[in-house]
Amino acid sequence: MVDTNDKIMLAHGGGGQLSSDLIKKYVLPNLGNDTLNQLGDSAVLELDSGSICFTTDGYVVKPLFFNGGDIGKLAVCGTMNDLAVAGARPVALSLSLIIETGLELAILEKILKSIGETAKQNNIDIVTGDTKTVEAGSADKIFITTAGVGERVGGVELGLNKIASGDKIIVSGTLGDHGMTIISKRKGISFESELKSDCASLWPLIEQLLVGGGVRFMRDATRGGVAATLNEIASSTGMDIEICEDKLPINPAVQVAADMLGFDVLNIANEGKFIAVVSHGCAERCLEICKNHPLGQEAAIIGEVGEVSKSALVELVTKIGGRRVVQLPYGRELPRIC
Amino acid sequence: MLERVKKAQKMMLAACDKLGRVINIMEVCGTHTVSIFRNGIRSMLPGGIKLLSGPGCPVCVTDQGYIDNVLQLAGRDDFIIATYGDMIRVPGNGGSLESCNGSENVRVVLSSEDALVLAKENPGKEVVFVAVGFETTAPASAVAVKEAYEQGVGNFSILSGHKLAVPAMGVILSAKNDKIDAFLCPGHVSAITGYGAFDTIVEEFGRPCVVAGFEALQIVEALAEICRQLIEGKPAVKSMYAAVVTEKGNVIAQKVMAECFDVADGWWRGLGNIAKSTLKLKGKYSRFDAFKKFNIEEIPGKDITGCQCGQVLCGLIEPNECALFGRSCRPETPVGPCMVSSEGACSAWYKYGGK
Ligand code: SF4
Repeated sequence: MVDTNDKIMLAHGGGGQLSSDLIKKYVLPNLGNDTLNQLGDSAVLELDSGSICFTTDGYVVKPLFFNGGDIGKLAVCGTMNDLAVAGARPVALSLSLIIETGLELAILEKILKSIGETAKQNNIDIVTGDTKTVEAGSADKIFITTAGVGERVGGVELGLNKIASGDKIIVSGTLGDHGMTIISKRKGISFESELKSDCASLWPLIEQLLVGGGVRFMRDATRGGVAATLNEIASSTGMDIEICEDKLPINPAVQVAADMLGFDVLNIANEGKFIAVVSHGCAERCLEICKNHPLGQEAAIIGEVGEVSKSALVELVTKIGGRRVVQLPYGRELPRIC
Repeated sequence: MLERVKKAQKMMLAACDKLGRVINIMEVCGTHTVSIFRNGIRSMLPGGIKLLSGPGCPVCVTDQGYIDNVLQLAGRDDFIIATYGDMIRVPGNGGSLESCNGSENVRVVLSSEDALVLAKENPGKEVVFVAVGFETTAPASAVAVKEAYEQGVGNFSILSGHKLAVPAMGVILSAKNDKIDAFLCPGHVSAITGYGAFDTIVEEFGRPCVVAGFEALQIVEALAEICRQLIEGKPAVKSMYAAVVTEKGNVIAQKVMAECFDVADGWWRGLGNIAKSTLKLKGKYSRFDAFKKFNIEEIPGKDITGCQCGQVLCGLIEPNECALFGRSCRPETPVGPCMVSSEGACSAWYKYGGK
């Protein structure tokens, strides 16, 4: 009876007829595949690899739809990227929806369509899932959690402990596009139309990089941006990191928006960019691979890993030749961007 | 660019040699403070040059009493407090605008114009605009008041906390900190006032006043110009920001300010009551003056215990000399306004590692 009311009701999560209707009319047409269609409690996956990666992430972005993506696309790409940067080929995703009573079914359907399309484009199935509803006010429209399983690519070992001084730091493209798009939209800034989220699945590019060799460590620079990722690398390895301001790829519209709102682009979230630490000798080749791929055309070597030091600082050499510390962002100003 | 940087650095070194002591330069404006940190300019200066952050962050210089007044209004039914984002987290005696009882009555706006729109959209509410800032934001407040007057928007008023930069510079030199050798003057304030506004500082106190925009190179060259003047012993007003700042400034903005505001004595955080340093609405616009409309008495507030923002603002201590810096006072849990405001000295020190 889904159509008697065009909004989500509490009963849609109750496990009865309405729940069943919701799944059959909205979920399966958009996401269905052989495994999901069985609607079992668990999905059975047949894997060849001896080593799997497993990850999960929650998505609570506001607004739900933005230039370049939406919460659904984000939920698919974000979890795939978490697998990809660990050196794993994404194999399957789970999807769990927490929906606020009163959400229009048309919006839900739009999100499910986006999830379905993104999954299809990226060759991955949603194999299991869950839907819950909560009272109005207990959630903000819709929260999504996805978990993902991936197969470790043979012979690839990535980790913070593989990083050595002299390694180069590559960023796969322009910085801050996702975060500035969301923040500008929330603040109602008029140039928001020039901004576009970079939300994308990075696996196709990462697969090529891994085949090329020389990669020591990767991370997708999401919340906290490049600053957070680099600080994590510095503090875990105990090594200093130096990056150069004039090497940072930044879309001019993002820079203008960040300056106007008082943000440092290094702290702003990305949803389709990774940081790769690569060995000195392989850096140029890795950069080539990135630049030759549509996902990495703006890639750049932005700096390098220094010596082990007590302070383990990330330092930025500014355009004018000064130096400053790049701190771990304190994050307060960036609520719910992913 | 690097050639020009080198030349500027040489001039600064020469000044340090010639004077044989530490040269204290105060950057008056919070935007300068942030740009100096962001561009790592401190790391490029000779050891003998010390930069002090001055009273140019509007949130930081706002007296505690004013903030308590705003909080009181926010707690009243049928009020909407429209404020710039930076003010919302400044702590008062009963919490901040963000956390106070009336926080649902608080709206962040990007301009005074937005506040006026809020008033028109909410005819059943009293909309009070928290009008803080220097000559840069005061003209916009004036325009909003004039429009409200012309269109008869009866539920709109402003709580003017607007301030003038030059009187504060004079008070710092004469009463607080005479160790300041020169001022790096704010580009956007000067664009309104004209660089001629700083003549009095040069005439009365013999300190160089050099205006710069916010580009790193311009700031470095302004510091070099200050050093050149100190070497020659000829303090003067000079603008490095010729494209934007003229001697007379923006006459239209000055006119609209003069039309709406009287210059009055007023309270500043850390500096006390400064003669002819604040802007109050003229009698003609008293209907839009929240102080008068809601019978608010202007009394100086009691500064937050332990916070030394007042001393930071006068260049008497550096933020990390405050016992709370980085301990109980951090950007996520600010104790004083200098840590709240993105342009505050304490926040910039914390964010950029104080280097
Ligand atoms: S560190 Fe905090 S408490 Fe100390 S002066 Fe700065 S803002 Fe005030």
